[in-house]
Amino acid sequence: MPLVTIDDIPVEVPEGTTILEAARMIGGDIVPPAMCFHSKLKTSGGYCRTCIVKVEQGSAKDPRPMPKPVASCRTTVMDGMVVRNITSPENLEARAGVVEMLLINHPLDCPVCDQAGECHLQDLGYEHGKEATRYEFARREFEPTDIGDKIKLHMNRCILCYRCVKVADQITDGRCHGIINRGEVAEISTYIEKAIDNDFSGNVIDVCPVGALTDKTFRFKSRVWFTKPVDAHRDCTKCCGNVRLWYQGEEVLRVTARKDQWGEVEDNADGSTAWICNECRYDKKNTSDWTIEGPSKIDRHSVISANHYETSLRNIKADTLKMMGSVPHGVKVELGTGALDPNNLHK
Amino acid sequence: MSKKLLLKNDHIPNINQLAVYRQHGGYAVLENTLKNSNPENVLEEVKKSGLRGRGGAGFPTGLKWSFLARPEGVSRYLVCNADESEPGTFKDRYLMERIPHLLIEGMILSSFALGAKTSYIYIRGEYFYVARILEVAIAEAYAAGLLGKNIMGSGFDHDCYVQVGAGAYICGEETALLESLEGKRGNPRIKPPFPAVAGLYGCPTVVNNVETIAAVVPILELGGDEYAKIGIGKSTGTKLISASGHINKPGVYEIELGLPVEEFIYSEQYCGGIRGGRKLKAVVAGGSSVPILPTELILKTANGEPRLMSYESLGDGGFASGTMLGSGGFIVMDEDTSIVKNLYTFARFYHHESCGQCSPCREGTGWMEKIIHKILDGHGTMQDIDLLWDIQSKIEGKTICPLGEAAAWPVAAAIRHFRSEFESYVQNPENIKDIKHYYRLQN
Repeated sequence: MPLVTIDDIPVEVPEGTTILEAARMIGGDIVPPAMCFHSKLKTSGGYCRTCIVKVEQGSAKDPRPMPKPVASCRTTVMDGMVVRNITSPENLEARAGVVEMLLINHPLDCPVCDQAGECHLQDLGYEHGKEATRYEFARREFEPTDIGDKIKLHMNRCILCYRCVKVADQITDGRCHGIINRGEVAEISTYIEKAIDNDFSGNVIDVCPVGALTDKTFRFKSRVWFTKPVDAHRDCTKCCGNVRLWYQGEEVLRVTARKDQWGEVEDNADGSTAWICNECRYDKKNTSDWTIEGPSKIDRHSVISANHYETSLRNIKADTLKMMGSVPHGVKVELGTGALDPNNLHK
Repeated sequence: MSKKLLLKNDHIPNINQLAVYRQHGGYAVLENTLKNSNPENVLEEVKKSGLRGRGGAGFPTGLKWSFLARPEGVSRYLVCNADESEPGTFKDRYLMERIPHLLIEGMILSSFALGAKTSYIYIRGEYFYVARILEVAIAEAYAAGLLGKNIMGSGFDHDCYVQVGAGAYICGEETALLESLEGKRGNPRIKPPFPAVAGLYGCPTVVNNVETIAAVVPILELGGDEYAKIGIGKSTGTKLISASGHINKPGVYEIELGLPVEEFIYSEQYCGGIRGGRKLKAVVAGGSSVPILPTELILKTANGEPRLMSYESLGDGGFASGTMLGSGGFIVMDEDTSIVKNLYTFARFYHHESCGQCSPCREGTGWMEKIIHKILDGHGTMQDIDLLWDIQSKIEGKTICPLGEAAAWPVAAAIRHFRSEFESYVQNPENIKDIKHYYRLQN
């Protein structure tokens, strides 16, 4: 098995693993962000360039460094490869450049965008971007395109990750949307405003990393962080029926596929990917339609987890300690009421 | 230094016709090779010749051919890249228009060496009339038994097709070209796998420039060793140069590699000096994407040695003081030329031609164009020049295909060598009133 070293952490991975997947096996801060890569979609990745890393040593056999930064999602590891991600300042600078490019023409309409709170571009901008833009020209705008009564396409927000095109190619019968035009004005479209209509079309919403494709049945109903995710299933003749329900009070506001910590659709117990059909997504919005499994586990430090009592307290504690510089010697910080009070820390 | 190999029969009337071409020794090399040689020998001769790719990158052709995967039972393809879209380059058009059979003979010989039963000439959409010329030539070759089954009784079968593109610069990138040839959107593929392993229709493929393939004919005529004696050092053979800009005699010239740049510009045999007796200001030596060089650096290297027309000499000093031979699009600018205006034209081109697949190029090319436009409009600031530099550094090397570099290098070089000119646009906006004339294409 090839041994690869990422940011000085060695890891042994199966043959054919990509650098990104190897980094995810290690986990933590060294995992490069990925906008266009989706592990459940073949040939995805390589377009957005946010996951670029520096390869200091190509392999044990050929120790030369790679001349340019490589897309970690599409580069397979070689035995003895040495990769630098966050330990290379120039790599971080290059990534900040890519993030800036992705944002210059993005409308930044997060306050009215349904994706806000679970948007990969928001996370990316927050974690890797700069505090202000240097772009001073008018942002690119597209004419709105109607692609059907269930899916809302907001082309202005699109980052052209091609994920929805791959979904339509790989899990639906017959793709009727794609990229038209070239360069800066390239856009996702159905060309003559044909409605995307097949049983699995709704999955394009789940794979969209930004707010370009959103659920019309959930549009403007609530911010995602005011809804509570609950895992549920039902016997569905078309799909696996394993879904995530998003509740506000007693009401199911939307149904999505279950996503893992990388924002990718999870696998079922039998190893297949848990894509869901349109019937489950749009037509089953009563609790009585579903067998409830329990609250969804939200690993990620995201605004959705702000609604989870335990997670939020832990974050507050961590942030407080960060603000105070360091933990005073011999002080144990307990979770619970009063943890925020600096006086309690010094007791 | 006036050796002619590719264009030696250029002066003969009707050389585009098969009968005339054969009268002057055409297809003799093919006949001789098919009868007396084998594919390994042809590959060996090309390796010995030291021929380097004439499309821009200058990669050794023999080495590229030897990388071709040869699995049993899988077809191999040869694709000729005739999508000559680099601004300032028009040599392939001239060659195909004048002597189409030279390319076809080269295609058959190269395919013989590679074991390719089918080859394609992918020609850019704007060259539709050249495609017609090629198609006529191919039909003549089929009728004479030079293409098709059992060529000249040798048992070698080969079919050659012309495919017209739709006019996109990006389709000159080899993997985008293959996508377009397959009938898909012309987006570059993510490499690896390289075309030598999985190219056209997933089969091993070699993609070569028109001039590279045509050069195989003189190589086999002279022999690889003899060919390698022409030229200088690792830059062997002759090269077609498309000379344009403010020179007295623009056109396509075949030069022996190693010709001094000064001689090329001022000699009567070639460019014939600068138009109207003006002074030379700058040269873009290898098509619009290579770095521009000012007079002192294009005529002499940073070490003070005379700059020669060769891969090594033009590349001497790296990008700090050198450039590239590229595709041989030699654009000369006289002292009255505005480098910033010229750069705007280039930046606008790359913005227009970016395929939009990866983010730095899709967004960055447009941004650079807007900033240069702003500077030209007299609204620029000193920070804009630094910003421009920063943007190009964020594009270069971060993209899927070399279009990112092609867009970034001209910007970098213009700022590196002509920063004062940008500054004068920023400091004296009143000096650029004539910009209105520029847009109306007057004067």
